[in-house]
Amino acid sequence: MAASVRELRAKIRSTQATKKITRAMELIAASRIIKAQQHAAAAAPYARELTRAVSAVATFSNVDHPLTTEKENPTRAAVLVITSDRGLAGSYSSSVLKETERLAEKLRSEGKEIDFYLAGRKSVAYFKFRDLDHVTSWTGFSDKPQYEDARTIGEVLVEAFAEGEDVESGASTDVEVRPVDELHIVFTRFKSMLTQEPDVIRLLPLEVVEGTEAPEDHELLPLYEFEPSASEVLDALLPKYVNSRIYYCLLQAAASELAARQKAMKSATDNAQDLIEKYTRTANQARQAGITQEISEIVGGANALADATAGQE
Amino acid sequence: MAPSGSGQALQVELVAADRVVWSGEAARVLARTASGDLGVLANHAPLLSLLVPGVVEIETAGGERVRAAVGDGFLSVSDNRVSILSEDTFLAEEIVESDARAELERAAADGDDLAALRAEAKLRVLQRS
Repeated sequence: MAASVRELRAKIRSTQATKKITRAMELIAASRIIKAQQHAAAAAPYARELTRAVSAVATFSNVDHPLTTEKENPTRAAVLVITSDRGLAGSYSSSVLKETERLAEKLRSEGKEIDFYLAGRKSVAYFKFRDLDHVTSWTGFSDKPQYEDARTIGEVLVEAFAEGEDVESGASTDVEVRPVDELHIVFTRFKSMLTQEPDVIRLLPLEVVEGTEAPEDHELLPLYEFEPSASEVLDALLPKYVNSRIYYCLLQAAASELAARQKAMKSATDNAQDLIEKYTRTANQARQAGITQEISEIVGGANALADATAGQE
Repeated sequence: MAPSGSGQALQVELVAADRVVWSGEAARVLARTASGDLGVLANHAPLLSLLVPGVVEIETAGGERVRAAVGDGFLSVSDNRVSILSEDTFLAEEIVESDARAELERAAADGDDLAALRAEAKLRVLQRS
């Protein structure tokens, strides 16, 4: 009996330690979300101005740019999957991967082959475990993406796309890419602290008006003069626009990851608290049972002794 | 202090990919574009121009000068609003000379011309201020 009380006490102690850890992780995630949201807010002016400029060029010139032209028979699509580097975030990464599977099936049914580009260790592990191929991967920044990360990814993807269109992208990267005709991104949209939804956007060929930072409808774009020329301006702007969109996705994914982690860690902490209470009750019961037994043993012993002495007299 | 010649000031925004580096009223903006150095005063015609890595100089409405190093990007002018966008934008006071030199050497070693230009721009900003 005493042994089981000791076991329960040990369980309580270890659960308490776990609870402390999950509680700390919850608080860390909570404070990082605020930072992630600040980053997203700080990136907004650039994205807004860039979108304005791209729409201006696209509206006022009849330039056909490879990055905006739809191919007639797309045969190969690139899919960028954005997951987290670490787990302990509930179903965050797995719902992105599920969405990826769905997209992959849809693209395959349209007769396209798929090249996967992965961001985040979780997606790399998933692909490795299932022996699936991917072109390249980027890891180590999922909860605090820098613009530099988006640029690295953007350069590779634009290069892959540009090769599909047989044009020089200007960017040369070390990654061996196969030419693709479209580019999709699977990431998690941060709707609120409570809901984050996996989402797919088609980034290339570009649909410029898409996106949350699109200029208001009533806003009239001025008649710009383009220097050196509209097509050159567009050439320079579009890859930057792609980078900026990727950055936007990374920031959304980061905020979602942290929110998912906070939620998962909160329920882990609550769970630990419940366990501690349950164990404490069982331990108290066991302790009480031990005491009761001890008392009845003493009483029983005393009675037996009393009976024995009574018989002698 | 209103700039001479015009009664209006320019609203200038100097924006990097992940933050607004500087914003405020200015009398004049000087920048290096793909087709040469460009000066923008109030009431400039709408313009969208490509920037090459270099120095941007903003003369504020108060007569101060703000200098910044920019990478490649673009400048848009419309309705007395000037937006200067570049993925890499740094104000003069944010640049550490030794870091910029190290960056230049690294870029030269890698043969990365664009990075070298960016680092040179940073150094030029320091020399002028």
